[in-house]
Amino acid sequence: MPRRRTRMSLVWVVPIVAAIVGVWVAVAKIMGEGPTITIVFDSAEGMEAGKTEIHYNGVTVGTLATLRIAKDHRKVVATARMQPETASFLVEDTHFWVVRPRISGATVSGLGTLISGAYVGMEIGKSTRSERSFVALASPPVVSQDVAGTFFVLRTSQLGSLDYGTPIYFRRLQVGEVASYELDADGRALTVRIFVQAPYDGYVTTATRFWQASGIDVSLTAAGLTVQTQSLLSILVGGIAFEAPPGAAAGAAAPAETTFTLYDDRTQAFQPPRGVSQTYELVFRQSVRGLAVGAPVEFWGIPIGEVVDVRPEVDTTKMALTVHVTVEVHPELLHVTAPSQATPGGVEEHRVRVDGLVAHGMRAQLQTGNLLTGALFVALDFFPDAPQASIDWSLTPPRIPTTAGEIAALEAKITRLVTKLEALPIDAIGKDVTEVLRTLDATLAEARRTLAAADKALADAGTLVAPDSALRVELSGMLQEMSRAMRSLRVLTDYLERHPESLLRGKSGEAK
Amino acid sequence: MAAGLQRCEGCGLVSRPPAHAPEPRCPRCDTALEFRKPDSLQRTVAYLVAAAICYVPANLLPVLTTRTAAGESSDTILEGVVLLWSPTGWPLSLIVLFASIMIPSAKIVALGYLVLSVRRGWAQSPAQRTRLYRMVGFIGRWSMVDVFVDTFTAALVQLQPLMSVEPAVGLVFFAAVVVLTMLAVESFDPRLIWDAAGANEVRHA
Ligand SMILES: [Zn+2]
Repeated sequence: MPRRRTRMSLVWVVPIVAAIVGVWVAVAKIMGEGPTITIVFDSAEGMEAGKTEIHYNGVTVGTLATLRIAKDHRKVVATARMQPETASFLVEDTHFWVVRPRISGATVSGLGTLISGAYVGMEIGKSTRSERSFVALASPPVVSQDVAGTFFVLRTSQLGSLDYGTPIYFRRLQVGEVASYELDADGRALTVRIFVQAPYDGYVTTATRFWQASGIDVSLTAAGLTVQTQSLLSILVGGIAFEAPPGAAAGAAAPAETTFTLYDDRTQAFQPPRGVSQTYELVFRQSVRGLAVGAPVEFWGIPIGEVVDVRPEVDTTKMALTVHVTVEVHPELLHVTAPSQATPGGVEEHRVRVDGLVAHGMRAQLQTGNLLTGALFVALDFFPDAPQASIDWSLTPPRIPTTAGEIAALEAKITRLVTKLEALPIDAIGKDVTEVLRTLDATLAEARRTLAAADKALADAGTLVAPDSALRVELSGMLQEMSRAMRSLRVLTDYLERHPESLLRGKSGEAK
Repeated sequence: MAAGLQRCEGCGLVSRPPAHAPEPRCPRCDTALEFRKPDSLQRTVAYLVAAAICYVPANLLPVLTTRTAAGESSDTILEGVVLLWSPTGWPLSLIVLFASIMIPSAKIVALGYLVLSVRRGWAQSPAQRTRLYRMVGFIGRWSMVDVFVDTFTAALVQLQPLMSVEPAVGLVFFAAVVVLTMLAVESFDPRLIWDAAGANEVRHA
């Protein structure tokens, strides 16, 4: 029986296809298998091998494969399988850090991780040298290297609830965050560096004000109750908001690293611009009792600055005691309308202006602000009669000439009065007065005599008209007679009025 | 064969084809008649090789991708076995281990042994080897368990976006292993076991 002998069957296509598919899948998997890297962490808290992901810009770019304790027993070494496309990102200055829920003080960060668990953040470096082992950063870098934007500097006296990563708001939109902060060398203020992302950094202009938008800002004004908040997050973690004051000129976009003042709240921020404060020193030769640091410096009742320091100084050579009062003045609050403003805000122009004011008699004076407490304030006022003085700009801070305060001036006046009184020839005057008085005495005696004579004359006159005197009786009788005659005359005239004919015909006998 | 009788694969009719017909056909249904499945060994070997090739990625590649809020995880069969192993879940773990790893490999090994025995013309214990063949054929359909479990799981657990389970590429290879071993079993002609055993009776040039 002819049996078809074994030939290559078509069925071998099946294992060949299987092999090809298998190899293809394997190759694809190997190709799809990104580079493996090691990252050294301080702690593996919240991390899980095979689950914890590495995120870059919110995209998962890798997963931690294994976690083990480093040889030094302190750190944790993680092996991470990265996506293949990350191979070019893994360079020397690429950074990794753990993002886990962080609650420190008033700051809550990484809120998302409360739900998703910790993850590893990644920032791509700029180097070209490939690297496969990394040491994780202790804290997340606030500003990613490749985010466009601008850094600005804020000056504040207290940090408040600010921290790294505190959001920056522009019209309640988060546009940046606090990058860093540091205390000044003298410990008096803080410099906060903030990062504002593009394109929002264009809204930071020279007119822009920054203020602490932490929490809820409730203000009760004549207009009613105003509640200002930025966002729920800012209530929780605080924040910084910026805006240009309404109605103000927009101003040019502020260059990077421009320094701004960080105000405590929006109201303060939108107060008339104070600009850069000018520091002056006032030297008083009088008691400054009642003058406290923070007391206002007023120009005709308008506060334009404040006292920042009061300190006495004793000059041992002259044995003179002076009080040096340092004040900060915000000249912008004066709204100077100078005829020529070639260089507005220029230092030279400002000096010329102040020199002009001083030449016109502007002096600093201590005045009583509150009669009850005796609190003093510094008043800048014009004293045209004041002796000539000028500002020595070479001094730091320059000194504005002062004039004695109200109380001191009053004292001076009284002193002058007393001196004048003392100088009066009181004794001589007294002698003269005695002389005059003596003469006056004689004159008075004379007068008394005259008066007595007059008295007598009057008394005589009185006797003449006494009630029972003959003259009086006769006079009375005469008056009665006269009265009777007058009455008859009236009757006659009445009759004649009615009967004028009687003058011709005589009185008729008929009785009416 | 000695009797020259051939059983039709199509209708089961046993007939005696003309002695020297080049291509004997069933008189009832016109199916080509063969004494043995054509190229049986070659086919079986080919399917076995393909199954063995697919067995590797089936076990190395993840069969399921589970997406939860905590992240995405892909598990291979062995990882699934480890994952299921718990004080209460160990029976299921064992079932998966047997159905998915032991049985396919056992099938490949058993069929390989049968092919080898026929090739070498071993005459010993043909009955036992036939029983082994029947067993492999019987087991075949049950090794689909894992594929079923995984596809059912994938169909049931679709709580998007909280959690979702999707079959991964490993499952395709796993299914391929199951299908290829079944094809290998199907291709193998158990009568060949007896050909060697009965060589003294029937021998073809
Ligand atoms: Zn038939």
